[in-house]
Amino acid sequence: MSPDVMIYNVLCLAVPFSVAILIAALGENFNQRAGVFNLGCDGIMCMGAYVGFMLPYALKSAALAPYGNVLGLVGAMAVGAAFGLLFALVTVTFRASQGIAGIGLQMLGWGLSGTLFRHFVGGVTGVEGIQVWPIPYLSKIPFLGGVLFNHNPLAYVAFLLVPASWFLLYKTPWGLKVRAVGTHPRAADTMGIHVDRTRYQALALGGAMAGLAGAYLSLCQAKMFSDDLVAGRGFIAVALVYFGRWSPLGILGGAMLFSIAQSFQLSMQVWGIKFPYEFAVMLPYVLVIIVLALARKARQLGPTDLGKPYNREMRF
Amino acid sequence: MTSLEPISELKLEGITKRFPGVLACDGITLDVRRGEVLALVGENGAGKTTLMNIIMGLYRPDSGTISVNGEVVQFRAPGDAYARGIGMVHQHFMLVPNMTVAENLAMGLKDLHHFMRLDIKGAAKKIREVSERYELPVNPDAYIWQLSVGEQQRVELVKTLCLGARLLILDEPTSALTPQETDDLIERLQRMASELAIIFISHKLNEVKALSDRVSILRHGAVVFNGHTANHEPSELAALMTGHEVTLPRNEGSGGQGTPLLSVRQLRVRGDRGNLALDGLDLELRAGEVLGVAGVSGNGQREFADALAGLRPVESGEILFQGRNLANNTPRQIIDSGMGYVPEDRQTEGIVPSFSVKDNLILKDFASKQFSRLSYLSRKEIDRNAEQLKERFDIRCPSTSTATGSLSGGNIQKVILAREIARGPKALVAVYPTRGIDMGAQEFIHSQLLERRREGIGIILISEELEEVMNLSDRIAVIYKGRILKVLPAVEATRERLGILMAGLTDTDPPPAAGAPSIPAAGAAHE
Amino acid sequence: MNKQKVIFGGTVIIAVSLVAALLVALVLLAIGASPLATYKTILTGPLSDLFGVTEVLVRSVPLLLVGLGIAISFRSGILNIGAEGQIQMGVLAATATALALPHLSKGFLLPLVLLAGALGGAIWGGIAGWLRARLQVNEILSTVMLNYIAAQIHTFLLRGPMLDPNELETGSGTPQSMRLPDASFLDQIVPGTRLHTGLILALVAALLVWVLLWKTTLGYRMRAAGAGAKAARYAGIPVERYLIIAMLLAGGFAGLAGAVEVTGVHHRAIEGISSGYGFAGIVVALFGMLHPGGIIPSSVFFGILLIGADMTQRSARVPANMVLVLQGVIILAIVSGQSFLRNPYAQERLMRWLAGLAPWLFKSKKGVQP
Repeated sequence: MSPDVMIYNVLCLAVPFSVAILIAALGENFNQRAGVFNLGCDGIMCMGAYVGFMLPYALKSAALAPYGNVLGLVGAMAVGAAFGLLFALVTVTFRASQGIAGIGLQMLGWGLSGTLFRHFVGGVTGVEGIQVWPIPYLSKIPFLGGVLFNHNPLAYVAFLLVPASWFLLYKTPWGLKVRAVGTHPRAADTMGIHVDRTRYQALALGGAMAGLAGAYLSLCQAKMFSDDLVAGRGFIAVALVYFGRWSPLGILGGAMLFSIAQSFQLSMQVWGIKFPYEFAVMLPYVLVIIVLALARKARQLGPTDLGKPYNREMRF
Repeated sequence: MTSLEPISELKLEGITKRFPGVLACDGITLDVRRGEVLALVGENGAGKTTLMNIIMGLYRPDSGTISVNGEVVQFRAPGDAYARGIGMVHQHFMLVPNMTVAENLAMGLKDLHHFMRLDIKGAAKKIREVSERYELPVNPDAYIWQLSVGEQQRVELVKTLCLGARLLILDEPTSALTPQETDDLIERLQRMASELAIIFISHKLNEVKALSDRVSILRHGAVVFNGHTANHEPSELAALMTGHEVTLPRNEGSGGQGTPLLSVRQLRVRGDRGNLALDGLDLELRAGEVLGVAGVSGNGQREFADALAGLRPVESGEILFQGRNLANNTPRQIIDSGMGYVPEDRQTEGIVPSFSVKDNLILKDFASKQFSRLSYLSRKEIDRNAEQLKERFDIRCPSTSTATGSLSGGNIQKVILAREIARGPKALVAVYPTRGIDMGAQEFIHSQLLERRREGIGIILISEELEEVMNLSDRIAVIYKGRILKVLPAVEATRERLGILMAGLTDTDPPPAAGAPSIPAAGAAHE
Repeated sequence: MNKQKVIFGGTVIIAVSLVAALLVALVLLAIGASPLATYKTILTGPLSDLFGVTEVLVRSVPLLLVGLGIAISFRSGILNIGAEGQIQMGVLAATATALALPHLSKGFLLPLVLLAGALGGAIWGGIAGWLRARLQVNEILSTVMLNYIAAQIHTFLLRGPMLDPNELETGSGTPQSMRLPDASFLDQIVPGTRLHTGLILALVAALLVWVLLWKTTLGYRMRAAGAGAKAARYAGIPVERYLIIAMLLAGGFAGLAGAVEVTGVHHRAIEGISSGYGFAGIVVALFGMLHPGGIIPSSVFFGILLIGADMTQRSARVPANMVLVLQGVIILAIVSGQSFLRNPYAQERLMRWLAGLAPWLFKSKKGVQP
């Protein structure tokens, strides 16, 4: 196999790998920009994956069947948003410690999706899911066409979300509010911005995106659901936000780096390079640790109030 | 902003606010009209800031009413107050550092918020208009973190005016300014006062005298005095403010002749942003003297203190303490060498808030033979030590098992001072030791410092309160952009001279006696 | 802990339990199970006979050990989510040691095996501690990642190098190690049950942790580093060093829990041996207010829950994942309740209310100051 074919294969495979972590990380970026560190992202992705799978599965023979996939995506986002709001209740209204609360939410989402799946479905079952949709003409471009324009519709959505979330953060009133409440909530408060409300909104949006990311995994990638489908991708998404220094473009870079490494590892197995399977699987997690170790000292432009609950009547 | 009609009168009646364990405001009644400046005076903790936060709708009062132009209003958030033309410049600036001036203003201008589009140009235009009208030059495209403290203050004023405020509340606006900047601000405010109403909060009575028409004094949350400023002397107001005659102790000696104790040579240290915060600082402390370090905050004080405590790497230079170089030693080594330290932020750097008083009193010595045997803490000795220090330093707490974080600022500072002094240090570094604490505790801390001085301890006092520095020091070093610009004997230091140095201008000769504008002069013009 | 704190904490825990029970009841209703019947099974089922009681205690031993380690780390200001991986590394280290030295006498082998387990966990925890202290890597993320990595190492070794040769011969392919030598077993306490002397070990450990945290200078340093890192640094405590030590200890306890599971219960390394103790341990520690005196009852309570959940899976067809739901909800409720605990307003109001409701609670002391 010639090197350029190998590169082509690795890149083609990398894009689908990046979709879920990219969407989830862009969502988490809104949370963190607003000052809330949501480690429950992984649990929300589990719920999104379950709902995204469950709705089309349950509607298979109903009149709504043609809309099953769309409903699955919408449902996943709705459940994700609901979980985001639950997290907001705990961390914004009750001002709980965000790190531990995030682990609680992760357990809840993970456990709940598994419980519901076992009760309503039971064993391994597939769904038709959402198929790859090559973009007419563009996908025919040599090399680039295959790498960029021959993917699942959600992949295109994910990449469009990068400029969209940049625009939302830097060019709209809402983005201004989000950045302000994450950096200096008291200043925002004195300017008439509702800190808690803005944080609720950001968490709902972040949750919805995490839900969508989960649905991508079940509905587009695996076309089935299982307990360990998400496999810590939510945590990886959180790490990507640090790595990307709270900028959508940086997050995209991190997600690509990450998924290229992953697809490289998979390709190595395809190419028949001897390597214990377990070590290949652990590679992305090792990579996250390395990436976090290198991404330190990036606090300057980020949300400096990250992780701190805001209490208006707190006295200096 | 949808102002109903321009605010012409604000009236507070019977405002009461309770925090856990504190009655912050106790039935306060006040009023202020357009065209006048009301000074609100009181010690730290008297309830001034709480009261203003109530006016702004940040806190809700437990009882009492606020009325604007005779109509009772209820503010649930600062936006409501702005809608009625009331705006506040907070002591700690309410500016988001990683956003531009225009973005900071745009947060509050809701008519610039369109769906999916923020009219940032509109905000910049408004800023230019207001800054021209009131002669407050401000660049709308600058990031806040790029601006000096004085510039940020101007941004705050412009921002508040842009939001439609016609009644300005200024909370300790001069606390971070040089004397010259202070004079400048007071002058501007005097000009603006004719078309606005201003509530001016301060504990600096000469400024109050210079600017205000009327003065109200708060003590323990209640108004104890109302009157016309012109009819009362600052000393009279001071007595009313504290409830008794307080004369802060003064350093009457002329020290600075002791043996050299600590000499800092060509110290270079980097700040948080990687900039050289200390750039060749030289300083010498002698035994038995108080060496004041004066300067506008942000000129390297923080980094200097950190380097002395061993908490910041020293790039180059020496810190010679009794002949030994302490640069880049660990905090433990520095502590063991006999250096005491009263840190800037007492709540997070001086104590562990959730620890009891007695545990905080051994924070540096828990491993000593006195308090532990074979790594096992001797509770009895710890209790005994706490009771003894509580007595000696007049620490007021329900018991020494109380969580230290729940004490008042003054008592926390006493805990820290007790710990540091009880260790018998040879030198003591005190950073802003009396910031934000009441006069009683201030007096106690000052006399403690002077007493240690008499015992032969060398003390470095870093403070932004010129009064404090001038009262306590034998010599005063002025720090500017990471260097000591000049060291002068305290007897030669005047407010004006220090002010010029703090602004970075070197004076080779003593300044002309009546040259620089000063506050008493400005006050005289006003009357 | 003073009396007021204990009363207050107890009230919060009870309230938290009620809220969690209500929320989980909603989930139970959704999957068509009767909440009351399910709770009854969970809470009383495991205690209906002696065997049940011993099984509860068997479960509570690793929970107690893990919970103690987590309490140490949380108290020191480092949030260790990696107990799951640390347990697995402890299991591997203990198993490898026992298999490598089959001829040693019990007096030597058993302590050695337990020590090896603790060491395995300590190294795994220490990595996260070091990353946090030296490179400012968020410990929650790193420990989560280390969990996944440990799981893969565990699987790799049990399917490859450490696989029982018998399995290879018979071809059944169950990924598990050889049976450990008898000299490495913890003794049974009650004959005919699985309850082993690990229980005593865990109780002694609880006492030691209490002494460590509240009676020694090391504990003082760690608590100071956790409760006020900045002040500790100013006072000359090298906070970073104590973060690492805290993670070494936390990992060590989790590793010890793994070793105890191997030597006391399974007598060989098997897949899924940690069975979620690492995550449950977090809940146990929080539920016990991060204090050994609270963690002991809390570990027994969660022992009951784990066994009870197994029983409901069989009798009421409630999937055992339900335990995770319950744990998640409890964590969310506890952290919400704790912020209440820190809020002086709420404290004052609650204490007044309690004093009115149950004056006897306060009789022996001065009463409540408003």
